[in-house]
Amino acid sequence: MNNDYRSRNHPAWWAFLVHRLSGLALSVFLPFHFLALGQALQGEARLDTLLRWTEQPLVKFAEIVLVLLLAAHLTGGLRLLALEFLPWRGWQKTLLAWAAGAALAAGLAFALAL
Amino acid sequence: MDMLQVSVWRGAASGEYRSYEVPRQESQSVLDVVTYIQRSIDPTLSYRFACRVGMCGACAMTVNGVARWTCRTHVAKVAKNNTLQIGPLANLPVIKDLVTDMREFFDKWARARGQFASGSGTTRKDGFARVAADSPERVAANAGIECIGCGVCYASCDVVSWNPDYLGPAALNRAWTLVNDVRDGARAERLAAVAGDAGCHACHTHLSCSERCPKNIAPTASIAGLKRAVALAAWKGEL
Amino acid sequence: MSGGELNYAANPVTPRRADAKLETWLWIAQRGSAVVLALCVLVHLVTIIYAVRHGLTGAAILGRTRGNTAALAFYFLYVLAIAVHAPIGLRTLCQEWLGWRAASLNWVIGAIALALFAFGLRAG
Repeated sequence: MNNDYRSRNHPAWWAFLVHRLSGLALSVFLPFHFLALGQALQGEARLDTLLRWTEQPLVKFAEIVLVLLLAAHLTGGLRLLALEFLPWRGWQKTLLAWAAGAALAAGLAFALAL
Repeated sequence: MDMLQVSVWRGAASGEYRSYEVPRQESQSVLDVVTYIQRSIDPTLSYRFACRVGMCGACAMTVNGVARWTCRTHVAKVAKNNTLQIGPLANLPVIKDLVTDMREFFDKWARARGQFASGSGTTRKDGFARVAADSPERVAANAGIECIGCGVCYASCDVVSWNPDYLGPAALNRAWTLVNDVRDGARAERLAAVAGDAGCHACHTHLSCSERCPKNIAPTASIAGLKRAVALAAWKGEL
Repeated sequence: MSGGELNYAANPVTPRRADAKLETWLWIAQRGSAVVLALCVLVHLVTIIYAVRHGLTGAAILGRTRGNTAALAFYFLYVLAIAVHAPIGLRTLCQEWLGWRAASLNWVIGAIALALFAFGLRAG
């Protein structure tokens, strides 16, 4: 018999899911990022065109999502490194909370910077 | 009197949940419920238990989707709207109804080299080994040695579901306690046995095992320890 | 069941040593590249937020990055770390959620790693 959502309904499991899905999303995004960067770095005019394109609201929204994904994957990853290398115990749940908070903070900082 | 609506898995790999009505009592455990069904309603129900006081782990089942010791689970804690769903432990072949085949669980224990091996050249005539109780290795070992092999962690682990070869939290936890046993003589073989895709590296820190362990052991911590030990061995060319 | 079958100590099933070594080194590479990426990403995030906040134009950005050996070295390290980190993560995902465990997976993942590395460097 297999498990379902009821056995997975705890914070560490959500943290795993967020980490894996954000990693997947970032991996899919990366080639496009390299492509755009390659185009843009061919000259000032190209870069300015790209920067203007990114002013569009939908792109801005996508950028916020990307920064959130990046921040989530990074802080989740730091949490994993702590779990694997430091003598953690009961405070790993708090660690999860800090990871989530830091992710949100980064996303907000980016959003506010716009 | 309140009646509990209890749906219980009947069958083997294929089967169905069948409903039973069980009188609700004060301080009733889920094991009491299963026992009532088997004794008073349907004697063909198969299930396992032994000590019924939270020491042996034989009564582990899936209650409302979560692996638990049924003798230590109060109905009041888990029954929502007087309903309960009881099934066999996940990730294990079902023999009948609530009884699972635990062989692969223990086979994996052996595959992870979960047995103590005396150091070469040691004999019964040697003096006692002196191990300080507060040494880091002994503290690490003590954190995991209370495992009684109940299978709750194995049933709760999604990596076990996704990777049929994965040794699982209990086997790896046991291996870790032995890696930290300074008297043990099979360190190199054990590290080789627990490394790899079927071993510690498949753990993704879901922490379901540590969340569900009725003895509050954290197999995740033990597996993290194995990851470090194996990495160090590989770095030194000893793997 | 015969005694032979139950004699676990005499009949252990150890994973192939090559597999154990491969997975161990992949794990080490994944964690190592993660640490490198943590630093690179922090720098990357701070730079973007700074650039957006100060409304930097294309000219300004290129002015700061072109011919800047430190920036180039940083970028090279960043791309290398990504080319190591992302494919290993994708490999695990493919094994567990797609059940893809054949040797072909390692080849595809290797190809993705090379592609990411090449693509990333070309962009720079």
